Amino acid sequence: MESVKQILKGDRLALARLLTKVENEEPSGFEALSALYPHTGGAHRIGITGAPGTGKSSLVNRLALHLRSSGWSEQAKAKSLKIAIVAVDPSSPFTGGAFLGDRIRMRDIFGDPGIFIRSMATRGALGGLARATADMVDVLDAAGFEAIFIETVGAGQAEVDVARMAHTVVVVGAPGLGDDVQAIKAGILEIADILVVNKADLPGAENTLRSLRLVLELASPPDRQPPSEIEETKGEEAAAANWSPPVLPTVATSGDGVAERIQSIHDHYQHLQQSGGLAARERARVRSEMEGLLRESLMEGFLEQQSEGSFESAVESVLNKKKAPRQAVRELVEGKQK
Amino acid sequence: MTEKRLRILIAKPGLDGHDRGAKVIARALRDAGMEVIYTGLRQTPEMIAEAALQEDVNAVGLSILSGAHMALVPRVLELLSKQGQGNVPVLIGGIIPDEDISQLEKLGVKGIFGPGTNTHHVVESVRQAVEAADVAQD
Repeated sequence: MESVKQILKGDRLALARLLTKVENEEPSGFEALSALYPHTGGAHRIGITGAPGTGKSSLVNRLALHLRSSGWSEQAKAKSLKIAIVAVDPSSPFTGGAFLGDRIRMRDIFGDPGIFIRSMATRGALGGLARATADMVDVLDAAGFEAIFIETVGAGQAEVDVARMAHTVVVVGAPGLGDDVQAIKAGILEIADILVVNKADLPGAENTLRSLRLVLELASPPDRQPPSEIEETKGEEAAAANWSPPVLPTVATSGDGVAERIQSIHDHYQHLQQSGGLAARERARVRSEMEGLLRESLMEGFLEQQSEGSFESAVESVLNKKKAPRQAVRELVEGKQK
Repeated sequence: MTEKRLRILIAKPGLDGHDRGAKVIARALRDAGMEVIYTGLRQTPEMIAEAALQEDVNAVGLSILSGAHMALVPRVLELLSKQGQGNVPVLIGGIIPDEDISQLEKLGVKGIFGPGTNTHHVVESVRQAVEAADVAQD
């Protein structure tokens, strides 16, 4: 396949065009992805998530800038990394349109040929990412990008999909976004491998740092995998669980704390590699992705086989309160028409 | 299957700091169901072309109020065509004197919109320009 060869050679336009095809779920895009897939596995995937306005894009801008100039560590300095950034913003639920503005904060890094930034809209997906994000990250991985930042939409408490897609999850907070009760709630804090309190030059930063640290001390880091997967990977994941998420300040606008954050992201990756947690996470990631795809394709296949309108009439029967949703679906699956 | 959505880059080249017009247009395109990538102020033609490439956009809209359009626009067109995106339509909004309009159109600009243009007109023009480019491509 022509585009595959071009992408492996580093052709950026071919890469951009394939990303579009994959995003639009075109069959030719998936074909190319299949051909590229054996080339994946070289990238450190870093998720960046947090509430709207905490400075995720600005932080990614700084992290990428620093990585390009100094690499992961002093020793590896000579080598400049190829970096990709996938930045997701929400689609309008009414028109399907979207305003993708993450590039505004990333102006320091565009023009650098070692950095590839791609904006994408959620196109109706919940969970903080888009349906095609995983596939697009695979394409970028195969294309040779060694660090891939996945920036979610401004996330609240439930947008935790990025935990399944990234090796290292950085949760970005800022002073003044709620008290420690918010921090105790399950969800986004639990997926953090590294917690960053950005805008640490604002008043109240010390309090935010302190209360987040306190909350994390109360809870031993929970297992990130859904229960079904814990059994088989228990040993490896137990080793990975020795990592306790640091809570650290940054100021993305000035760059304070950025070098140290790169260091903690790198430390986390090394920890995953040495503890065997990386393999466990890869397994969990692939498994959950395949489960999702299986669900989707089973549903499509099932609906195709149904007689015309049978699903719609089941919907009607629920709307009329004749059946509960679960009952209506069971009858559909068992082939009982009302 | 997700339906195909138009992706439009809205950029502000040059040094003037007024991006209200660009934002109004970005908003109108978004409300028409398009995905708008907005790059912010003070972009060089190189930055704009690079963003158009990475984002694989269907069209580029430039907002220019500084009067530097005769320097900036040809450069953007040239860079796009050099990188294999010569087919991507470029449209301009801003204050463009009449005598420059025909010249810019000759260079390949697919739409020029002055102050007070109805946003529906802009949305339609963008859509038509993208369709025409798609037809030409096939």
